[in-house]
Order: sequence, then structure tokens, then C-alpha cells
Amino acid sequence: MHLLIANILLGRFSTHVLPSDPMTTIAFISMIAILLIAAGIVTRLKRWNWLWKEWITTVDPKRIGVMYLIVSMLMLIRGGSDAILIRAQQLTGVGASSGIMPTATFQQIFSAHGTIMIFFVAMGFLFGIVNLVVPMQIGARDVAFPVMNAASFWLFFAGMAIANTSLGIGFFSAAGWLSYPPLSELRFSPGVGVDYWIWSLQIAGIGSMLSGINFVVTILRMRCPGMKLMRMPMFVWSVLCSMTLVMFAFPILTVTLALLFLDRSLGTHFFTIGGGGNMMMYVNLIWAWGHPEVYILVMPGFGIFSEVVATFSRKPLFGYTSMVAALGAITILAYTVWVHHFFTMGAGTDVNAVFGIATMIISIPTGVKIFNWLATMYRGRIHFASPMYFFMGFVVLFTLGGVTGVILAVPGLDYQLHNSLFLVAHFHTMIVSGVLFADFAGLIYWFPKIFGFTLSEKWLKRSFWCWFVGFILAFAPLYVLGFMGVTRRMSHYAASTGWQPLFAVAAAGTAIIAVGVAIQVGLFVGSVRTRHARRDLTGDPWNGRTLEWALPSPVPAYTFAITPVVHSRDPFWEAKEGREPDPLQVTATHPYDDIMLPMNTPTGFFIGMGGFLVGFSMVWHMYWLGALAAILCIVMLVHRTSSTDDSEYVIPKELLTGTGRSAKGGVAA
Amino acid sequence: MSATTHPLTRSEHQEKDITTLIGFWVYVMTDCVVFASLFAVFAVLRTRTAGGPDMAQIVDLPYALVETLVLLASSFTCGMAILSAQHRRRNGVILFLLLTFLLGATFLTMELFEFHGLIIHGESWHRSAMLSAFFTLVGTHGLHITVGLLWIAVTIATLFKSGLTRGTTRRLALLSIFWHFLDLVWIFIFTFVYLIGGMH
Repeated sequence: MHLLIANILLGRFSTHVLPSDPMTTIAFISMIAILLIAAGIVTRLKRWNWLWKEWITTVDPKRIGVMYLIVSMLMLIRGGSDAILIRAQQLTGVGASSGIMPTATFQQIFSAHGTIMIFFVAMGFLFGIVNLVVPMQIGARDVAFPVMNAASFWLFFAGMAIANTSLGIGFFSAAGWLSYPPLSELRFSPGVGVDYWIWSLQIAGIGSMLSGINFVVTILRMRCPGMKLMRMPMFVWSVLCSMTLVMFAFPILTVTLALLFLDRSLGTHFFTIGGGGNMMMYVNLIWAWGHPEVYILVMPGFGIFSEVVATFSRKPLFGYTSMVAALGAITILAYTVWVHHFFTMGAGTDVNAVFGIATMIISIPTGVKIFNWLATMYRGRIHFASPMYFFMGFVVLFTLGGVTGVILAVPGLDYQLHNSLFLVAHFHTMIVSGVLFADFAGLIYWFPKIFGFTLSEKWLKRSFWCWFVGFILAFAPLYVLGFMGVTRRMSHYAASTGWQPLFAVAAAGTAIIAVGVAIQVGLFVGSVRTRHARRDLTGDPWNGRTLEWALPSPVPAYTFAITPVVHSRDPFWEAKEGREPDPLQVTATHPYDDIMLPMNTPTGFFIGMGGFLVGFSMVWHMYWLGALAAILCIVMLVHRTSSTDDSEYVIPKELLTGTGRSAKGGVAA
Repeated sequence: MSATTHPLTRSEHQEKDITTLIGFWVYVMTDCVVFASLFAVFAVLRTRTAGGPDMAQIVDLPYALVETLVLLASSFTCGMAILSAQHRRRNGVILFLLLTFLLGATFLTMELFEFHGLIIHGESWHRSAMLSAFFTLVGTHGLHITVGLLWIAVTIATLFKSGLTRGTTRRLALLSIFWHFLDLVWIFIFTFVYLIGGMH
């Protein structure tokens, strides 16, 4: 009887959940220590109230964006630590030595590395920059659904928290970052690991889906007067395309994860061996989401580079229309290539040929973009600021990575290279250069707009060189090893293979990248301390072109004191050149008006915490707690949506004076 | 910053309502992809019976037809509720929403009875991949209907409390989109699962 009650209350939760191996224990203890130190600092500075009122309950996309970036930065360090451990294991696990960790731990580490880097670093950086920049670039004060936007962030946060909880309570999935069945089925992965993976992604994925809806509607509905679609900055176009992909891809992920969970917890037979299950259906479904996901991540990267290259070449973006067309083509083609992830499934020559050719076709619009960027630089007055360094590093690496992609797109060759380190090297080249370098460039580029001061250029360039050189050293050996037949996710190999020297080079490259990350952390701290010397007083530190540079830095809470009016693609540049009126001009016919902003609310935070509870209790089969949390979420949603008044506060127009750039009279944030 | 309330002008109201409406349509599109995936899964697993019953053996077509008619009738009453709202007749809206709720609840009950009948005959989702896909596709629709019923109940309550305000009218429009969407999905389920799947 007692056992039954304990089973119902605690599910499969027991005293054996704490980590047993020393490496995980150390990681868990240091995570707890960091949390306690952070909490101690907040208590010491008496900032809990401030944290709650100004940040946790905020619905301001700029603050939500900053929170995304902070979480992603921390997760970059977590995922990077995993990468260092993977390299260390593959360096030492040779011959008689089994390496620095047991295989079981190694499997969890490479699974966690992939999951965290894609979902909580790449996606987090993406949504962070989108939240910061898109409203400003389209001349809007807010997103279409501010409270839903906060909920999206907190669901993302909850997913991140679920993945990291597994470090100390139970263990993480050992089935790779996409958890293919039958390995991820109950029969072969009986513990909580895969369930942690499922619920971490499920909760974060729902947040991403809501963000997708939010930004598509924001871009379509909230543009300022004169901002026609073909006048939008290229970054906004790239986000529109990316978020359209989110809308159509993430529901497939939701379904796929749900089906895998049903297999594992309710005994259905979707992907099982036996019972009529079809495990290749899982692989099809997950890549029907997974391939568009690649473009979801990389297209905003293209957008960031389009802004950067035009600004620092002092020229309009070359081939604007063809850039938009290329983004559109990629958006559609993204759905037509997913089978190239598993040519070896044996779908047959014809099917593989179709998907191989479709894959090669995608390199055409991508090539168009590369040439357009280079043509933008051609005869421009190029300023080699640090975002340009990342851009040029990107062009080199992305083009090389693209060529290796075309190699992999040939089904015959893919049979040889499939599942090898060649593949690992290929997709790291694409994602590190196309996504991470772009996010770094965007972060440096828009940093002064949000925080009011620039970062140290000298150290930014040093961090770039560490990343660039370190990256080549870390991944060039993997291409070679891939050709030599080394498979991915391998924890041990024979000394006679002669692979160890190449793994040593790769490990050295990883160490250099780690130095680059350390420089980045250091330069943030250093730049904050010396910020007074680097204040951005003009609001236009880079001689920018688009609307956001017309605003003061840091941007006030209401963003625009007056609704901007634009007449061209580069309204601020044209105004500076004297060809067009100032987009923020206040005139008798276009006077100040009252500004209405949504009031802060904890709804989003509570939904996120509910999401965490649902995920955590489902992992441990504490169904009553999951149901309770879900019911509380529903009650909160019903309450929120059925309260009839618009909860907004007003900044009256009487307080707005001066030019349209900033408001005087005590309302400036 | 002053926190005084400021009435939005009429056109600003309309702009906001249109934005909400578009946002909801976009959400419905994402939900379409959820169902599309489940239909694809059903299509793949339709013949994977693992020695268990096939679709034709578990389908009771006349029963499914009655379910379909009940749900179609609920769509009609939902449309009548919208018409009443346009004529600003609060009590009419409440009456038709109550009818919609009853019809929806009837549909859900019939579906649960169908599931119950299958389960007690040992034909649950454990039995085969085909049955897993069947229960998940039809069950996901049933789950949506449950959410819809909850939404109708809340709407009726707010109508009693605050009448046909701008907020309730807008939410009524969203509710009707949702309800008609579920109806449409059911038509597809009826066609592909019951009619085509039920053929020998």
C-alpha cells in the first residue's frame, strides 16, 4: 500500500537519482555553486525586487532579448565545456587507455553538446537578436503579442532548465542529439535520459513555435508608415523567412517528440521494433523538422551579415531584390531535401537522386547571396571593424563548408562519408560560421544600441583570431579523419590506426577556441568597467543606414518617441546624406502622440515555470504533478484572456519634447 | 511614467483586433501541420496491423456517421451564435453556444465510448502500430474538442458576466474559427480513417 502511494506520488523518482561518477558530480556541484553565488550577489545588493519588477515580469522585447542572450552565453560555456571533454576523450581513449571518462558518460556528453548548442545557444542567440532588432528596424515599439513573447522566453528558459537538471537529478540522454529509435526506445534506453531530452525540447520547442507566430505577425502588421515589404532591411526579410519556416517545421517536431514519448510511456508502437512500428518514419519526421531548422538558424545569420557588410562598406546592399528572392527560394527548398540526411536508409536510387539534386540546387541561392555580399564590398569604402572580421571569416569558412556539403549531397559518396567525422566537420563549419559568427557579429554591431557603449575593438579582434584559427585547427583534422573512416561519437580506438596525432591537432584547436571564449567573457567584463570612456553619445557609432541608428543609445523603453516615416530602404543614411527628410522628424502635421505600452505581468514567467513542472514531472512519471501544473497553466491562461481590459500604461504626449529622437521631461528610462 | 488608463481610439481598436485575428489564423496553420503530420503517420502505419485487426474490422461506419452529423450540427449552431452576436443579441449567443457545447460534448462522449469499446476488446493502442496511429490521430482531435468545450464554457460565463463587449466579441470570433477548424479536420478523419480505411 505504501509502495503504491509512493509510486503514484514519486513515479520513478528515488534516492538513486544523484550523480555517481566524479565528473558529473563536479559539474553538478559547480552549477549549484554558481547559482548560489548569483543568488547571494542579488541578495547582497538587495536587487530581488528589481529583478522581479524590471526583468522577470517584463514584456519589453529589448529586455527579453537581453535575457535570451544571457542564457545563450551561459549555455555556450556549458556546451563548450562538453566539446572540450569530447576532444579530451578522443585524444586519450586510445589503445590500452580507456580515456578520461567511462563510455556511458561520453555518450551523455556528446548528446548534451548537440542538444544544448542547437536549442539553447543557436536558437537563443537567434531569438535574442530578433527580439532586440526587429521591432526597431520596422519602426515598431513592440511585438504583436508582448505577453506571448514573454511566455516564449520563459518556455525556452524552462527547456534549458530541464536539460540542465538532468546533470544532477538522474542523467541525460545517451542517444545522440536527435535520439534515433530503436536506441531511444524504452527497450534500449530504459532510464530517464531520453525523457529529459524529449521534454527539454518539447517545452522549448513550443516556445519557439509561439515566437514564430509572433514575429511573422509582427513583421506583417506592425511596420511603420512607408515601410513597404521591399523596403524592409534585409535582416527583417531573413527573420520573416526564418519564422515562416518555424511555423511550418516546429509542429512536426512537437508531434515527433510526442509520439516517441507515447512509445516510451504508454506502450504505443510508432517506432518500435515489433508491433508493426516503423523506426525510419521517426528519421523522416525528425528531419522534416530538422532540415528546415538548419535554415531557421542560418537565414537570420545571412540577414545580420547583410546589414554588417552594407554598413561597413558604406554602400547599399548589392542586389537587394535577388537577395529577397534567394531567401524565398531557400525557404521553399528547405522542405525538399530532408532525405539527404539518410541516403543510406535505402530509399532507392531514384529517390536518392531527387534529393541529392535538390540539395545541390540549394547551393545556387546561397551562392547568389555570397556573390551579392562580395559585390557590396566591391568599390566600397570598407571599414575593418570587428563585425567585418567575423563576416570575412564567415565567407571563407562557409564557402569551404558549402563545398563539402555538395560532396555529401552526392548519394554515392555519402555512402562512404555517412556518419563519419567528415560529416561532423561539415556541419560544424556551416553552423559555427553561418550561425555563431553571425550572432557574434550581430551582437557586437547592435550592442551599443542596447547598452549605450561599444565593446573593446582590440579584444574583439583578438577573440576573432582565436575563433578563426582555432576553428580551422579543430575541424580540418576531422575532415581528414573522416576520409580515413573514423566514425562520429567514437570513444575509443586502436593505437595502430595512427589517428591520435590528428586528434591532438583538433584538441589544440579546441583549446584555442576556448581561449577565444575566455577573451569574449573578459572583454565583456572589461568593457562594462570602462564603459564611460566608450559611451555612444550619437546613437550611430558605425555610421549606420537603417532606422534603428536614428535612435539614441541606449534605446528608451518606448523605443520611438514618434512614429517614424520612411521613404526608402536606407532611410537614416538617405537622411544623413540630405536626400530625404529625417524619418523621426516632428512636424505640425506629424506631431507627438500619447505612447501606449503594455504593462509588465508575471503571466509569461508563470507559464514558463508551469512548463518546467510539466516537463520535469513527465520525465519522472509523476503524472499528478504534471496534470496539476498543466491545470494551473490553463487557469492562468483563461484568467488572462478573459480579463476584458487592455492592460497598458500611457506616456502622455505632453511629456514628449524636442526632436523625435528622444523624449525629454523625465520619461527617459 | 503615469499609469492612467487611456481609451484607445476606435481605429486603433480595430487594428489590434485584426492583428489578433491574423495571429490566430497563423496559429491554426501551425495546428494544421500537427494534424498533417499525424495523418502522414496514420497513412504509413495503416497496414501495419501486426496480426491484429485491420481498420475495416474496427470501423463502425453508421456510428461514425452519427458522430459526424452531431459535430456538423455543432458547427451550424456555432455559426448561429456568431450571427446572433452580429445582431447584438446576447441571450441568443448564449443559447446557441449552449447548444454547441451540448453537441460537442455528445460527440466527445460518443468518441470515448468508441475508444472504450475497442479497449475492452483488447484492441487498444498497445495492439499494433495501426491502432497506435488511429488512437493518436483521433485522440488528438478529441483533445482539441475538449479544449474547445472548455473555451465555450468560459465564453458563456464571461457573456453572463459582462455581456457582448469588444473583448468577448473578438474572442467569440476566434472560438468560431477554432471550432470550424476542428470540424474540418474531422471531415478529413472521417474520410481517410473511417471511409477509406474502413473499406475492405
